[in-house]
Amino acid sequence: MTIQDTGVTEFPVRKPDVPFPPPQYADFRDRDGLVRSVLPTGCPVWLVTRHEDVRTVLTDRRISSNPSRPGFPNVAVTGGVPRQDQIPGWFVGLDPPEHDRFRKALIPEFSVRRVREWQPTIQSIVDEQIDAMLAKGDSAELVAELALPVPSLVISTILGVPPIDRDFFESRTKTLVSVQTTTEAERDVAVRELLRYLERLIALKQKRPGDDLVSRLLANGNLEPRELTGVVMLLLIAGHETTANNIALGVVTLLGNPRWIGDSRAVDELLRYHSVADLVALRVAVEDVEVGGQLVKAGEGIMPLIAGANRDDRNFGCPEDFDPGRSTRNHVAFGYGVHQCLGQNLVRAEMEIVYRTLFERVPTLALDTTPDLLRFKHDGTLFGLHTLPVRW
Amino acid sequence: MRIDVNDGRCVGAGQCVLNAPGLFDQDDQGMVKVLDQHPSGPDAAAVLQAVDMCPSGAIRVTGF
Ligand code: HEM
Ligand code: SF4
Repeated sequence: MTIQDTGVTEFPVRKPDVPFPPPQYADFRDRDGLVRSVLPTGCPVWLVTRHEDVRTVLTDRRISSNPSRPGFPNVAVTGGVPRQDQIPGWFVGLDPPEHDRFRKALIPEFSVRRVREWQPTIQSIVDEQIDAMLAKGDSAELVAELALPVPSLVISTILGVPPIDRDFFESRTKTLVSVQTTTEAERDVAVRELLRYLERLIALKQKRPGDDLVSRLLANGNLEPRELTGVVMLLLIAGHETTANNIALGVVTLLGNPRWIGDSRAVDELLRYHSVADLVALRVAVEDVEVGGQLVKAGEGIMPLIAGANRDDRNFGCPEDFDPGRSTRNHVAFGYGVHQCLGQNLVRAEMEIVYRTLFERVPTLALDTTPDLLRFKHDGTLFGLHTLPVRW
Repeated sequence: MRIDVNDGRCVGAGQCVLNAPGLFDQDDQGMVKVLDQHPSGPDAAAVLQAVDMCPSGAIRVTGF
């Protein structure tokens, strides 16, 4: 894979017919220093795959998350819509101290305790989806009928989207993530419609506040209404396909390892094992910095590979095994440092409730295809399944 | 063992609460709150785990 005379490794290495995470990651971890690579967009980048080095990159204050800095790894060419990070309030792309104001405003909404209060709501959303599935017959496509709607309905409830608008909201967010069936133009329309909808929602909450996240953030006054649009868009996008992919992959893995069904320790191990957000935590060095014995110069892009770190045998015994009995908690499926996933406690609750309810209510659940015919997302930023046919 | 937290650094991820529920909580603002500043026995191991897991380096322990 190495282009001999330059020593530059092609990336991404994820391909159809190659298991995920790509076996090359093991080779990357064993090399000295970091791996020099270039993205399909032509951006040069350092690949980081060891657990310790990934945690260093994600906590070093000389390393930035700001996509407008020169050298920031550019993974995709965007269409007509504003780049997400150009929307005010897109705080995952801000560094401290600018980042702090947003994070502090949102923390209380996603604390362990607050998420516990949401559990009955999540439960009834999951029950309704499963009711609908069961009413239709003895088979279903689990990505469209369960994995995608659950996180979307949960976050729209938390945000305070009126029930009457939830179908609109769900259909637009689904368009955003269904790369396969969606053209660039359809995506642009969906993004624009969502942004416009969110602006209207915020205006509505200014006039008629309710007991919901948007109303509380408006009342606190720490964020401007136009920043709130970006914040809400981020909450939507960051939590939708990520959670959906984990739900679907988790069902497949649990069906293959039935003794872990019903054990809540499975959730964090599934997060580690699948590492769907492998490519999302992009960074750029602001000053010269040494990582894993490698000098990274100011202005050079860095790509910490989450799936690389989560399969590092320096940190996890037998990392290729799915073993919820291990101590899995210091996985980096949610990143690390100040940007570590804000929604992680919500995700754990959603996954736990989905698996418990699904396997309890549909005990004969089985794949409606053979495992080698499952269609994985090898092309998208996030790893996952396009579809998951099941029967019972 | 003594636990000190710097809530200026805390990013509210709640890892400490998940790992050592009897020793940490999150206040109304979602910021870390120490429930038992001088844990011992098995709790001490849970604290060390929480320190390792805390993504922001907000928890410091001394005297163990
Ligand atoms: C299994 C599902 C999820 C995974 C694997 C995941 C993963 C991640 C990762 C790796 C990051 C760090 C990005 C970076 O360092 O640049 C992150 C940040 C973030 N996630 Fe998640 N996420 C998930 C679900 C959610 C949900 C449900 C929400 C919604 C509430 C959410 C909201 C966020 C936000 C707002 C950030 C940015 C935090 C900040 O910059 O301070 N995520 N997520
Ligand atoms: S784990 Fe660290 S960042 Fe998270 S709540 Fe506890 S002290 Fe704060």
